[in-house]
Amino acid sequence: MINNITSPIDAETIERLTVGTKVLISGVIYAARDAAHRKLIQTLDEGDRLPFDLAGQTLYYMGPSPARPDHIIGSAGPTTSGRMDIYTPRLIAAGIRAMIGKGSRSAEVKEAIKKYKAVYFVAIGGAGALLAKSIKQVEVVAYEDLGAEAILRLNVDNFPAIVANDIYGNDLFAQGKARYRRNKY
Amino acid sequence: MEGAKAPSYVIPPLSFKGRGLWGEVDKPPMREIEASAITQVVAQLCQQANFELGEDVIAALKQAQQTEESPEGREVLSQLLENARIAKQERLPLCQDCGTAVVFLEIGQETHIIGGNLYAAVEEGVRQGYTQGYLRKSIVSQPFSARINTRDNTPPVIHTEIVPGDQVKIIVMPKGGGAENMSKLAMLKPGDGRQGIIDLVVRTVDEAGGNPCPPLIVGLGIGATAEGAMLLAKKALLREVAKPNPDPEIAELEKEILSRINALGIGPLGFGGRITALAVQAEVMPTHLASLPVAVNLQCHSARHKEAIL
Repeated sequence: MINNITSPIDAETIERLTVGTKVLISGVIYAARDAAHRKLIQTLDEGDRLPFDLAGQTLYYMGPSPARPDHIIGSAGPTTSGRMDIYTPRLIAAGIRAMIGKGSRSAEVKEAIKKYKAVYFVAIGGAGALLAKSIKQVEVVAYEDLGAEAILRLNVDNFPAIVANDIYGNDLFAQGKARYRRNKY
Repeated sequence: MEGAKAPSYVIPPLSFKGRGLWGEVDKPPMREIEASAITQVVAQLCQQANFELGEDVIAALKQAQQTEESPEGREVLSQLLENARIAKQERLPLCQDCGTAVVFLEIGQETHIIGGNLYAAVEEGVRQGYTQGYLRKSIVSQPFSARINTRDNTPPVIHTEIVPGDQVKIIVMPKGGGAENMSKLAMLKPGDGRQGIIDLVVRTVDEAGGNPCPPLIVGLGIGATAEGAMLLAKKALLREVAKPNPDPEIAELEKEILSRINALGIGPLGFGGRITALAVQAEVMPTHLASLPVAVNLQCHSARHKEAIL
């Protein structure tokens, strides 16, 4: 079954989302990856004003390729989430409630997801041309100087993703691997 | 002896074309290739590689669709094929990570590059290709400190080989960061042997999980030196996907490692499944009697490389 959900995602919806659930996300998500994370944390450390209000928002770990003249964005698939793990618990504590990326998360991130009732989705890594079709509007929010790593506000329509870590401590990667692992080959 | 007449017994250099003392020299001149032609070809290859997934990779993904048991895995594979169709049709990058431009040059020793510096010509090709093709620029300078984007995806990583003949072969391989990050080099002990190699490769893929965007192509380099092994592993990725090494002993090793990897259960993108790798491709060279260097260079499913001969 596929669930249509709206971002920012409300607390009741997050409670409903369990590992393996397929979702189509519509609404606003923020693209931010390595360098933008570093800058957000630096801003928090210095007590300065963040470029956008994190409360309840969704982060998409993504740095697109440039848009052709007749497009609003280039390819736009997820990057490896694990590199953001050192920053994520802090950002969840500061208000982020959903993340979209690829690959598994650290124990600390999974703990923060449970504690603050957040959710981690995976999108299909390497399907950037396909995923770009769900992005309807793009606006640079901050750090334009970072080029492909600037923070973008994206309006998405039916963006496909799968729940990978839920508030109940389940993990898509661990479950999937356990189901198909063989000791004989 | 300026102005002096050359003594009649001097033999003209054979590589020189022109009027020798005994008339026209037979030896043809070095074939000349303009540096600007190299720039143009590199620029085209950067774009073609990013827009068009190789037929061999597409065939391997279709084959994987037949054998994958996990419904999630099968769905991922069909979306990847759909992505490849869209990318080619709309000239959009297959993946937003348009990679480090890794460029392999095979220069025939009978060629002479004229009209500019060869490496500058390749670099200019990367600059033009990534700019004109709306490809993402992913290279940062000062990697351990400021990490400033160079804004044109330069510099490329260039590997040059001098080969017989008078042609220049150029291969452009855009290599994504996610899979490259999960690569590994180990200097095993000779006593670790074949089993040591198998365990290392399987462990590397297992620990990487979904991060390097499986289904993978696993490049394996065995022998030579530390840097030589890694270059072998990278070159192995340029082979036609799933075509075994012609040496039966190496082909057997590739096959055994592939079946071990596909028993891990990681599956397409790590969602669980039978197809974690499409192929293991090994290249082997002799090594020092004290050493057993083993390099694993992982390639995501977006296995991109295109070549041209000048």
